[in-house]
Amino acid sequence: MSQNGFDIDKKYNNAFIQTIIYIRKVEVPKREDIKKILIIGSGPIVIGQACEFDYSGSQACKALKEEGYEVILINSNPATIMTDPELADKTYIEPIVPEVIEKIIEKERPDAILPTVGGQTALNAAIKLDELGILKKYNVELIGAKIDAIKKAEDRELFKEAMIKIGLSVPESGLASTVEEAMEILNRIKLPIIIRPAFTLGGSGGNIVYNKEDFVDLVKKGLDESPINQVLLEESVIGWKEFKLEVMRDKNDNVVIICSIENFDPMGVHTGDSITVAPQQTLTDREYQNLRDMAIKIIREIGVDTGGSNIQFAINPADGRVIVIEMNPRVSRSSALASKATGFPIAKIAAKLAVGLTLDEIANDITKETPASFEPTIDYVVVKIPRWAFEKFEGADPRLGTQMKSVGEAMSIGRTFKESMQKALRSLEIDRFGFGSDGKIKLHHNLTSLSEDERDTVFRKEFTYPTSERIFYIREAFNFGKSVEWIHNFTKIDPWFLNQLKEIVDEEKAFVKSFKQEGLAVENVLRMKQLGFSDRQIGYLINKETIDELYLKGPLFQKKYSMALRHAEKDVRDFRFSHKIFPGFRVVDTCGGEFEAYTPYYYSSYDTENESLATERKKIMILGGGPNRIGQGIEFDYCCCHASFALKEEGIESIMINSNPETVSTDYDTSDRLYFEPLTLEDILHIYNNEKPDGVIVQFGGQTPLRLARDLEENGVHIIGTSPDSIDRAEDRERFAKVIEKLKLNQPENGIAFNQDDAIKIAGHIGYPVLVRPSYVLGGRAMAIIFDEESLVNYINTAVELSPEHPILVDKFLEDAVEVDVDAICDGEDVYIGAIMEHVEEAGIHSGDSACIIPPLTISDRLQEEIKNTTKALALELNVIGLLNIQYAIKDETLYVIEVNPRASRTVPFVSKTIGISLPKIAVKVMLGAKLKDLGLIEMKRIPYVSVKEAVLPFNKFPGVDILLSPEMRSTGEVMGISMDFGESYFKAELAAGDRLPLKGTVFFSINDKNKPELLEDARKLVSNGFKIIATKGTAKYFSDHGIECEMVYKVNEGRPNVVDRIKDQDIDLVINTPLGKMTRDDAYSIRQTAIRYKVPTVTTLSAAKAAIEGLIYVKNKNGELSVKSIQEYYKEVR
Amino acid sequence: MAQKAWFILEDGTEFEGKLFGFEGETIGEAVFNTSMSGYQEVLTDPSYCGQIVAMTYPMIGNYGVNGEDVESEKIQVAGFVVKEYSKTYSNFRATGSLGDYLKEGRIVAIEGVDTRMLTRHLRDKGAMRSGIFLDKKNAIERLKAHPQMNGLDLASKVTCLQKYEFGQRDASNPSVAVYDFGVKRNILRLLNSSGFNVTVYPAATPLKDVIADGAKGVFLSNGPGDPAAVTYAYNLVHDIVKEEIPCFGICLGHQILGLGLGGKTYKLKFGHRGGNQPVKNLATGKVEITSQNHGFAVDMDSVKNIKDVEITHLNLNDNTVEGLRHKKLPIFSVQYHPEACPGPNDSRYLFEQFRTMIR
Repeated sequence: MSQNGFDIDKKYNNAFIQTIIYIRKVEVPKREDIKKILIIGSGPIVIGQACEFDYSGSQACKALKEEGYEVILINSNPATIMTDPELADKTYIEPIVPEVIEKIIEKERPDAILPTVGGQTALNAAIKLDELGILKKYNVELIGAKIDAIKKAEDRELFKEAMIKIGLSVPESGLASTVEEAMEILNRIKLPIIIRPAFTLGGSGGNIVYNKEDFVDLVKKGLDESPINQVLLEESVIGWKEFKLEVMRDKNDNVVIICSIENFDPMGVHTGDSITVAPQQTLTDREYQNLRDMAIKIIREIGVDTGGSNIQFAINPADGRVIVIEMNPRVSRSSALASKATGFPIAKIAAKLAVGLTLDEIANDITKETPASFEPTIDYVVVKIPRWAFEKFEGADPRLGTQMKSVGEAMSIGRTFKESMQKALRSLEIDRFGFGSDGKIKLHHNLTSLSEDERDTVFRKEFTYPTSERIFYIREAFNFGKSVEWIHNFTKIDPWFLNQLKEIVDEEKAFVKSFKQEGLAVENVLRMKQLGFSDRQIGYLINKETIDELYLKGPLFQKKYSMALRHAEKDVRDFRFSHKIFPGFRVVDTCGGEFEAYTPYYYSSYDTENESLATERKKIMILGGGPNRIGQGIEFDYCCCHASFALKEEGIESIMINSNPETVSTDYDTSDRLYFEPLTLEDILHIYNNEKPDGVIVQFGGQTPLRLARDLEENGVHIIGTSPDSIDRAEDRERFAKVIEKLKLNQPENGIAFNQDDAIKIAGHIGYPVLVRPSYVLGGRAMAIIFDEESLVNYINTAVELSPEHPILVDKFLEDAVEVDVDAICDGEDVYIGAIMEHVEEAGIHSGDSACIIPPLTISDRLQEEIKNTTKALALELNVIGLLNIQYAIKDETLYVIEVNPRASRTVPFVSKTIGISLPKIAVKVMLGAKLKDLGLIEMKRIPYVSVKEAVLPFNKFPGVDILLSPEMRSTGEVMGISMDFGESYFKAELAAGDRLPLKGTVFFSINDKNKPELLEDARKLVSNGFKIIATKGTAKYFSDHGIECEMVYKVNEGRPNVVDRIKDQDIDLVINTPLGKMTRDDAYSIRQTAIRYKVPTVTTLSAAKAAIEGLIYVKNKNGELSVKSIQEYYKEVR
Repeated sequence: MAQKAWFILEDGTEFEGKLFGFEGETIGEAVFNTSMSGYQEVLTDPSYCGQIVAMTYPMIGNYGVNGEDVESEKIQVAGFVVKEYSKTYSNFRATGSLGDYLKEGRIVAIEGVDTRMLTRHLRDKGAMRSGIFLDKKNAIERLKAHPQMNGLDLASKVTCLQKYEFGQRDASNPSVAVYDFGVKRNILRLLNSSGFNVTVYPAATPLKDVIADGAKGVFLSNGPGDPAAVTYAYNLVHDIVKEEIPCFGICLGHQILGLGLGGKTYKLKFGHRGGNQPVKNLATGKVEITSQNHGFAVDMDSVKNIKDVEITHLNLNDNTVEGLRHKKLPIFSVQYHPEACPGPNDSRYLFEQFRTMIR
């Protein structure tokens, strides 16, 4: 049958008649047979799965509600916008595991499940539900992608077959479920080989093997990582060019490509760890259309009938041979990036397609007049750079490979690659201001001290086995005169990209030369700005000699050095402003300017036009949090979004600035105006000057905007809420000590040290152990508990370098104290306490890594009253307007103030979700002048249920890193468990975080002497509930002596089978291992490492052990049944 | 140091930039193209004859040029405007840089122009005369002296002077006569690969001559200029209908068919030029993402009520006519470019379909 209808005349004529009247008819063909849809979220933020799924999930919720469906949601992550009670009709903050989902299905009876907006977690859950027959039992349909399509895309072998069927190439490969099978495959595929475990997050467990010796080890590890114990062994295409296409398809088989992405880092580095660029840069149209045709064939063959997918290709740079790497039959990290890069809301459209709408029936939000059935064309260049956090994981391998290791990303938009690249580098929050030349000369200095041969060796290593620093090594290679060819030879990065970078360096040289001859010329400065240079870079370049000299003078001149940099920056800015060299703001419009755009989504560029015309409305600007990193994640984005929602409720225009493409805050739907820009002083001032807002909110975006508060104020920016001076009063140790003194409160004894001698003196005076940290940090960066002088000196040598502008703080460490967190709001007259949270882990564990409980479990009423009164007194004394967070410690019934942060804290979303009141929204209203009294918020809410927050740690991504918790925060995300009982809530929280506490079996104890009596009764309870206990010698003896039946097991060095063997044999279901002190560290370390590899839940603190035992016994006594209840139902019980 | 130059529109709007192709001046109709790749195909597309093309994508030249991605034997645009020319290029098929290619083709090109501002301007004010100048003096006067695109028969400028055969021939395949109004090479490639023996004829060839040569089908090609000015083609369409010979038209060929069947054409404000235009096939209800390059269109009202003619394809962006067919005869046409180059290949089936109409 021909498609144009020459032999289907009748049907064709009918179609013709219909369509003349058609012209976008309001016919709504969406599915009427389904009414209720369950959306599965992605759970906690982990490496490889971050807040992009809150973005996609929230969009899906909104889109489906907009179409009139009843939406049920499950997600265990409270720090998400999608779990806001307004977004879905029923929201279950519950663990995303089959038995819990089944309970929800049983209760809610949805007609359909949308599993394609919750990342791999949701997709895996859908597969499990199908395998367990739950979908069939309750007659629930999967929409978006059917099981067959999911399996075909996810199962390597099926995928390979499908590709071969449609004539496409895939890498030579084979599947193995055992080491023997792997050895057979090794006979036909040449090394190097890539090992990919099936069904894992972010390619975890993936590895490149270069020799036979490593092969067996890495295959074993891969098999273990895979939930289905299967690995794919694949021909290595390391060094090939890498591309991704974002594809959408509707039920009428219309297919569009939303965006092409080209990786700067070629194959060999996980795409999540690669710098990526959109659109593709180095393919001719013929080659691009070839990929496009393949992508369309693939989505059809795999059978994703509605929604979005991304497809990854590798191209041999020598001859253009294309091979298909993989396909994700769902929205993904790259689809979030593609949405932000093009303005096309993939997840929202995907949700609408899933319920039967077609692309041509959905309007393009941005142009309003054109339909969604088109392919965005962009007239700018987008660069995404990953953000890593290796500094947090001592012992982790910093080399990038097939397993993703980055924790976040920044995206930038510029008119050219060079501009965009430099903007992206200064968006990363790594204190860099572009592609080098920003005064950070440490690396250059180190390389200069090497001989040429040594330097070449370093370059070769850094280029061949890249780390997160490769881009800066490339810069240095240019500085040392290396050619593009030389660098390409080792990095395999496409010469086009390298040439672009070289142009930056060449233009910089030309600028410096002309500056030396004729001084600062307007034309030259403008040229530099068009190349993406920041004022800091230009300032450095024209003061290079002085600044370098100060740097080389060493630590004593650190302050002068950084002042010089700041002054140089300011001088350039003053010059620019006086010569009217400003950037203009351009619109992201999906269509390259062809149609008028209605969505105010902007980026800056030094071209000729400014398209962002400020309105006359009352308006407030919100500074976002930048790229996710540890200690600064989705929680702050949640607060920023809520600030925006509050402004909307108040009828005030909201203006958002952020550089993180994963977030809800950078959805153009969230605020009235969105600027996708780096969060630096320079970039913010440009927007501020363009918009002239009535105020700026800095207290919601975490450390990123807070660090800038002072500078912004000095540059005339009006900050609303708590003043930067009050913030300083809380954060500056000496000033804060006076506040404590004035209010007659307790603080652990402390001091502030500006040099090593100071520190030793203070620590000696206070008495060890002490808690030390640099001032002005978030997430416990470099925070440590120090037990003796030697360790202190050791510590100082690294920490002072970390934050040269600030001294270090030395505190008395309160051993075994209970930690408490409070989030509150102050309006200048009254203080509203959101919640008092009791930490499960004792003091000394970073609060971000500690589980916490609302309401407090063990804190007496008297102390709770004291906490409330102290909070109020501190808030009023510090003139807080808006949010504040206070950390307390309780030791021997005495309350100590640990720190006060007059800003949104990480726990704000958890508190808000628990009590059903959005604290950030209230805070914004208060900042705008509302009174808590008038808002009806006086007394802290009492909740009859128990809510537990648990941290989620990325240790499975960093083999070798010890899992012991410390004052250094290392968690990437959080989950919440909620029920009527602490035990169940804790059990749920652990389950949601990925640790399934056993309900029967064997518990292994290896605990220190102090903990032995403390855990005795807990152990006894385990035995009486049918558990078997095994323990190392000392613990076993203690338990036996106290009448607890207990089997002794060898430590690692004592004989075989030892405890590690037992874990490997899966003979142990729970490990309780509290630190035993330095001597036995190695032994305990190998126990913990084995436990994490074999996924045995492991508890390393006394209090967590108690909580875990309470939880598992509670749930065991309920026959393993967990309750489920929506938060909307819980909120009805709040008084 | 590249030479400073100005890109100036007839309404006085000017952009300063630097030359990167041939050093000289040029005048033509300013149009913008939104394709993110495919500049070499654009440059060599005869439909751009007389036009200065600005690319909305800001970085041009990245993958160089090669000997294969050409749509005719030479560069056809009157001038080329980009935001940033990439001096270095990288692609395994590249044989040279874009700058050198333009120099060899003696085509004037300018970089450093804010092509987004230009696009927004043309979108609001419509396509207009423009020029790349080394000296701003009298620029506007010189532009005003240049003929407007309306009423301009450019097809006769770019058509072949003599008929020629293209591609492989197979005695068992039917012959198709391609009327060359400025045909793109990929159309010839696709006709050939769809199973036709392809012969290309000068635009003014009478139909009886091609029938005498044994043509079993007629193809009306794309091309530049105002379709209404290609007056000699009216008779051609009448003859095609009279002879009931299968016929397929693309772009200008589609407009000529529309005119010949009794419809009217008009100049769009700023045209459709790019690779992302959604077109709905009204027979199947499916959407094709199409490549387009036209400044004129067939007026919907003028063809809606013509007996025996129906609209087969619609542009979903602005609801303009994208395809026509004769209800009784095997005659059809599309406004867009199913041959792509540059652009998506969604509509290639039209060539196969044309082939099935000829037994």
